[in-house]
Order: sequence, then structure tokens, then C-alpha cells
Amino acid sequence: MAHHESTPARRRRPLLVAEMTNPDGALVQATESPQRLVDMVFRLREYGIIVVLILFIAVTTGIQPRFLGQQNIKFILLNATIYALLALGETMVVVSRQMDLSVGSVLGLSAYVSSNLFGQVHGIPIPVVFLAGLGVGLVCGVFNGAVTAFARVPGLVVTLATLYIIRGIDISIIGGGEVVASSLPAHFSAIGSDSVVGIPYVSMVVVVVIAAGTYFLRSFRPGRELYAIGSNPDAARLVGIPIARRVFTAYMASGAIAGVAGVIWASYYGTVDSTAGTGYELTVVTAVVVGGVAIFGGSGSAAGAAFGALLLSTIATALYALGVSPFWDPAFDGLLLVLAITLDRGIALRLAEVMRKRTFRHEP
Amino acid sequence: MNPEPVATTGVSAVAPPLSGGEPPAPSPTSGAGEPQSGGTGLAHFSRLGVLARWEIALFATFVVVFIVGRVLSPQFLTNYNFFNMGLSNGELAIMALPMTLIVVTGEIDLSVSSTLGLASSLLGLLWMHGWPMPAIIVVVLVCGAFLGAFNAFLVTRVGLPSIAVTIGTMLLYAGIAEILLGSNIVSNFPAAYTNLGVYGVPGIGLSYSTVIFFGLAIIFGVVLHFTPFGRSLFAMGANQEAAIFSGIRVKRAKTILYIVSGIVCSGAGILYTFRLSTAEYDNGTGLVLSVVAIVLLGGVSIFGGKGSMVGVVFAVLIYSGLLDALLLTGFPQQASGIVIGGLLLLSVLVPSLPEFRSRLRARLQRRTPPAGIAHSDSSVDQPRATENSDSKAGQGSPRS
Repeated sequence: MAHHESTPARRRRPLLVAEMTNPDGALVQATESPQRLVDMVFRLREYGIIVVLILFIAVTTGIQPRFLGQQNIKFILLNATIYALLALGETMVVVSRQMDLSVGSVLGLSAYVSSNLFGQVHGIPIPVVFLAGLGVGLVCGVFNGAVTAFARVPGLVVTLATLYIIRGIDISIIGGGEVVASSLPAHFSAIGSDSVVGIPYVSMVVVVVIAAGTYFLRSFRPGRELYAIGSNPDAARLVGIPIARRVFTAYMASGAIAGVAGVIWASYYGTVDSTAGTGYELTVVTAVVVGGVAIFGGSGSAAGAAFGALLLSTIATALYALGVSPFWDPAFDGLLLVLAITLDRGIALRLAEVMRKRTFRHEP
Repeated sequence: MNPEPVATTGVSAVAPPLSGGEPPAPSPTSGAGEPQSGGTGLAHFSRLGVLARWEIALFATFVVVFIVGRVLSPQFLTNYNFFNMGLSNGELAIMALPMTLIVVTGEIDLSVSSTLGLASSLLGLLWMHGWPMPAIIVVVLVCGAFLGAFNAFLVTRVGLPSIAVTIGTMLLYAGIAEILLGSNIVSNFPAAYTNLGVYGVPGIGLSYSTVIFFGLAIIFGVVLHFTPFGRSLFAMGANQEAAIFSGIRVKRAKTILYIVSGIVCSGAGILYTFRLSTAEYDNGTGLVLSVVAIVLLGGVSIFGGKGSMVGVVFAVLIYSGLLDALLLTGFPQQASGIVIGGLLLLSVLVPSLPEFRSRLRARLQRRTPPAGIAHSDSSVDQPRATENSDSKAGQGSPRS
């Protein structure tokens, strides 16, 4: 399922816009290699998310023009920023056929530990606070990664356990207390709220980070190897990919990213108690899968996952803007997830059929 | 009194014939049954040994938890406390039973707690509209069957991965529960029903949910270990392709399991609502992770094909005993996740340790010998190392 293997083919002939916009035409035209076809279909999958997103925004704005107000856009983007950042780390783990369920707990722990520093150390510089959050996340990620990769235990179970453990540590540290917004310095809270034309600065930074992450995953060797591992672990082992090391690194990255996301969370929400980030792991997994990352690994991109997060965040706000009870939001997310994977399955079956026909045609 | 029904099912299910067609007479004496049925072949025997040893480890943990609980708090081993323990974990334990069967087939159902919540909401909604309670209960159970059937349809007929499907339906069902009940809280249920939630079964001293759990555990255990249907679940969990080619109706079996899970979980939702005397849309949120944790702690492999009902029952007892002991000793209840998570982590780490050690040894041996003969040496040593650990495992089981 690794769909970017055809770099030579892609270099030979640039992708035509006509092919992308017309799937049936593309299926007929792109006869160079089956990989090209797979490549294209998965691109279409990512563009599909964007189309759905634009449709959703268009319809909502048509009914409620104030939906595209600056304040609203800022709200959506800030919400999506944290999920999209978490989705980047989750994508790395999911493409290698693992799962990280501990991101919500890591976010909560990091949010508390980092924002609590302001009360403990007077005048602590903000980069140090970010480093603290990163450190907390890194420790959690290293633990998850070490247990999963080197003891060869399914990551789903390991991170289900650390979801409890890290949340438990968080609760024992916090006790009944909480960090309140007034104890945070103004320039720290500004990170989560300052914006230009409705676009928060932090979102811009995160977009750059996600772009870099996507590029790394698709074009650098360790990134490509994650896809190979998720696509076929046995084959990956046979061709000499250091599976344990790669999976370890993916978990480490996911933890570190969740740690940084925790600091952003703290600056955005201001009040941090022991429930910060509860349940985020499932929203993140939903965003990743809606964004086109196969749940059993091997395909999908971090950019797609980020768009998935943006879509979920937009839907939540749009329902509110349309006057639909916010009670409908989870049902919508769930339906979207089911639809997305059903669609993926349909595409995959169709693709397999086309490829099979083609190999028969070429073989005699 | 508590462990007694467990012990009897424990004995009978420890040594199931892995391929036997005729159900063996479950012998009540533990020592005699095991070597007889295990003597057919070495591989067969050692596999049974591993399974049995896991249950023995769980039993030991269970005993330790209860001794430590007794030492830490004099109230721990009292009838009143047993009642409370069963009461507060009854629904969770009940939901773990169908989950066990589903995980054995290699699938998962993450929508169980949302099914519970939806059942609770529907119960509240219909009661609010003045329906008679028996009719409501029937409707709720039928609704649960449909929820399970929807999962089953997506997993078996559309062919989607169950983990993604049930994350989706978890959100979906929780969302429907929210839509149904909104911010309403229904709590004017008749005392005759809410009493079921707070009083024990007369003459037994355990809550209704506990008694239902043990009853269902026996039924599910017998179905899983002593019927062709149950054995086929292991087969499809171990190798789905092989199961299909040997004529097992995999899709039908999974459909049945998901529907049963839906029914059982909405039943748990009814009990939950009566226990708290309130129907709210977010009843049971988050229970699913505990249910999965219990099933995995019970020794059921997340990849399917392995596990036993005895293990899961012990895991339930360990889980509730541990939580209760922590509660009695004043440990912050929310932070008890550290202990539960640690236990879950140990439960997957410990079985993988021998393999990890032999891999580490093989790796060290590959590095240490002098350069000239390093390569040939390691290729000889590596299989020997694994052989050693295998034979040790084989020797270990009759002793334990």
C-alpha cells in the first residue's frame, strides 16, 4: 500500500491536473505503472477531505454568514491546531501499524507541569517552559516506545496502560489543585490567542511544523521506512529496516509532540486541572482516520490527518453556528468516521479490481 | 464465598481439549484432569501449560491482592464490602464477558460503554414518556441488539477494521444518547426497580449485577470452551483464512457475537441506570477502556486466538479487589489508574520476557565472539538459545 514508491515515475512526468480532477479518466490514462495509480488515488483521498471541508464551510456560511467572521475562524483554528499537532505524532505511529492512546494523558501532564513552572520559578523564560513540556512528552514517548519496540508488546495495549498511568501520575501531582489563568504571565497566554487577520500565530507555526513532518515522512528514508513497516512488517524486516528503532522513534516523536501540544493547550485554555486533555486520544485517532490514514498502517499523510482535525473542529463550530444543539457533535464525528472508512474500503476494493484486470491484460 | 463459583469454572476450563469434538466431563478435581487431556502431544501440552500458568499467576495475584487488602484494612474481607465491590463493578464485569469472546476472534468492540449509555438514555426517555417498565426493558434490549448488528454489518459485510468501526460507533452511539436525552436527567424510577440496583439478592448477599455476572460468566465460559461454536472462535482468531477454508462461518459467528454484545451491554445499561437511579446521556462514559484492560489482563491476546474465561473472571476479581483496597486505604481514587495501568502493562510484559531474554542473549552472543568465527557461531547459537527456553517452558509446566 506504500503509495509514494514511484518517485522515478513521478519525476519523469509531472502529475496532470486533468488526471486528478477526473478519476475515471485517470484510471484509463495512467497506465505507466500500477504504483502511479495507487499514488494518485491516495492523493484524491486527501483532496477529498479538502473538498468536503470547503463544501461544509460554504453551506454553513450560506446559511449563517457570520460563520466566517474573524473571531470564529480564530476559534476554529486554535481548536484544530492542538488536534492537528497531536495528529502529526499519531500519524507517525499509525502508519507503522501501531497506535498511541496516551497522547491525551501526556498532553494533560505536560500542560500542568509546564504551566505550573510559572508559579514555582518567578520570571522563568517561556522557551524553558516549552522545553519542560517537550521533556515531559519525551520521557513518556521514550517509555511507550521502549516497551513497544524492544519488548515487542502491542503498542495499543502499552499505550492503553500508559493512558491510565500518566493520567494517574498527573492526578497525584495535582491533587485537588489547579493552575489558574491569572497565575500565567500575559505574554504566555498571548501565545494561544494573538493572531493576525483571524489567523493565530501558533497555528501558522504548527502549519509549518506539519508541512515539515509530512515532507519528512514522504521523502526521507526513516519516514518512508515507517510506511514500509506498516505496509508489511515481515517484508520490512527482510529488507533490513530496523523496525524496533523506527517504531521507537515514532513513539518518541508522538510523545514529544504531545508534550509541546500540552504547553500550547495551557496557554490557550489558561486553567489547567487534572482533566486536561481527557478523551483527546480518541478524537485524534478519529481525525487521523478521517484524514485518510489507514488504521492498519502503510498509507496516509500527516497533512491529511491535519485536515481531518480541521474538519472535525469546523463541524463542531458549524453545528453551533447553525443553531444545531452541540449534542449532535459526537454523533456527527462518529458518522463521519464510519463514512470515511467505508469510502476508503470502497476505493481500495475498486482499485484492487482495476489493478487485477490490468495485470491480466499485461501478462500474456 | 466469593471465589467459590470461580474456582469450579476455573478447574473445568483450564484444560480444554484444543480440538476435541465431544465435550469432556468437567472433572471437579483439578490435579487429575490436566495431564490426561494434555498428554496427546508435546506442543499441545506446553501450550496448555502456558495457558494454565497464566491463570495460576492471576490466581496468585488475586490471593495477594486480597491478603494485602485484608492487612491494610480490616473492613476489606467483610460481606458488606464484597457486596459493595460487586455493586460498583458489576456492569463493567458483565461487559467484559462478550468483549472476551470478541477479542478471542481477533476483533474488538469499543462501543460497549456508549451502548450502555444509549440504553440508559433510551430507558430514561421512554420512562419520561410514560411507558410501562417491562415494555421499556424489552425495547432497550432490542435496541441494543440493533446497535450490535450495525457494528457487525460494518465489520463483517462491509469488511472494515473493527477498531476503526467501533471508535466511530462509540462516538455515534454516545452522540445518539446525547440527542435522545439532551441535558435531561431522569430519576423518578419506581423503587421496585431501583431497589434491584442497591439491594442484594435475598439469601446470597451479593448485588444482582454480581450474580448476573457470575451466571453469565458460566454460560459464556461454557460456550467459549466447550462448544464447537466457542472453539471455532479460537480458530478464527488464530487464523481467519484457515478458519474460512475449514468451513467455519466466520461472518455469521462474528455477527452473533456483536449482537450478543449489544444486548448484554444494554442490559448492563439498565442495571447501571437502576443502580444510580438516574438516566443521563453520559452514563458509563470511559468504561470501555477499563473493560478492555480487564480482558487483556485476563490473558486474552489482543491479536485473537488465545485466552480463557477463567482468566477474565480472575482479572475482574483482581481489578475490583485492587480498586476497593485502594479506596479503603484512602488512596486518591482517580489516581488508582496508576495501579490498573501498571497491572495491564505487567500483564503484557511478563509473558514477553522469556522471548526478550533469549533475543537479547542471541544478540550478545553475536557480538562477543572473536571476529573470525563470529558469523557461523551465532547462527548455531541462536536456535539453541530459543530451544533452551522452549524446553525450559515445557519442563516448567508439570512442576507448577
